[in-house]
Amino acid sequence: MNASYLPSDYLPVLIQLGLALGFIITTMIVTHSIGPKRKSQKKDDPFECGIPVEGDARTPISIKYFLIAILFVLFDVEVIFLYPWAVNFKGLGVTGFIEMVLFMGLLLAGFYYIIRKGVLKWE
Amino acid sequence: MLNLIFYAFAALTLGGSLAVLITRNVMYSAFFLLLSLIGVAALFVLASADLLAVAQVMIYVGGVLVLVIFGVMLTHKPKPETTTGPQAARPNYILTQHRAWLWPLLVAAGLFTAFYSLISRIHFSLFEHRAPFQTSVDTIGKQLMTEYIIPFEIAGILLLAALVGATYLSSQGDRTNNQ
Repeated sequence: MNASYLPSDYLPVLIQLGLALGFIITTMIVTHSIGPKRKSQKKDDPFECGIPVEGDARTPISIKYFLIAILFVLFDVEVIFLYPWAVNFKGLGVTGFIEMVLFMGLLLAGFYYIIRKGVLKWE
Repeated sequence: MLNLIFYAFAALTLGGSLAVLITRNVMYSAFFLLLSLIGVAALFVLASADLLAVAQVMIYVGGVLVLVIFGVMLTHKPKPETTTGPQAARPNYILTQHRAWLWPLLVAAGLFTAFYSLISRIHFSLFEHRAPFQTSVDTIGKQLMTEYIIPFEIAGILLLAALVGATYLSSQGDRTNNQ
């Protein structure tokens, strides 16, 4: 297996980045420059499909969202650990599999705890 | 060409970090942190540490930054005068209250000295018998599963502890809210 690479192999990523950035910047400039600007109290009002606005959007959010984000980061870290193992899956054999099952078992025990605690339940 | 790309991404990283320090708006500094973290990921690629680059993008850019922004949304309480006065037109103008610089400077300088002395003393064995720009995922996977299996499983236990701790703390906050 030829495992060497050059930074030029990342050229597609760079091109994609440039395209995405260019699209966003161009769209923003064009909409700001060619769109009509009529300002009035009614036009500047934030609307919600015809329903009158209620309260302020910038209130402190529930801690549940934060917890979901924390859990996401933790399982993200776990997935990162899976990647180098999966590349060497055949070479590591049964031992590597058992080690990874142990690692996953720890995390899944935490996942079971979360479900039993009802963290993912809304209302 | 390669040097040019390196300097561009190094400038992105440093500029982003400097902007984080300079701006007074917490939301802006979170977004400047995004630039800085992406720059670090690109520097990892140029140092042929591809797994680290993937981890940087997935964990820091995709996860930790969301946590930072959620932290701002969770703790920010708009003052009454900002919701009615002329400030109300700029609802995302969340200023930091913390303008002390001595202690952050001391902590940053201490961390820098510690990390610098560690990195300059470290012995990178991979540098000697590895061609430049070779993928490091294979080697990391093999080492992680054989030589460093104990730290690997301890990392699993650490993640489990973090899971349980986060659940415990947040459910406690829920209970006090309901009371």
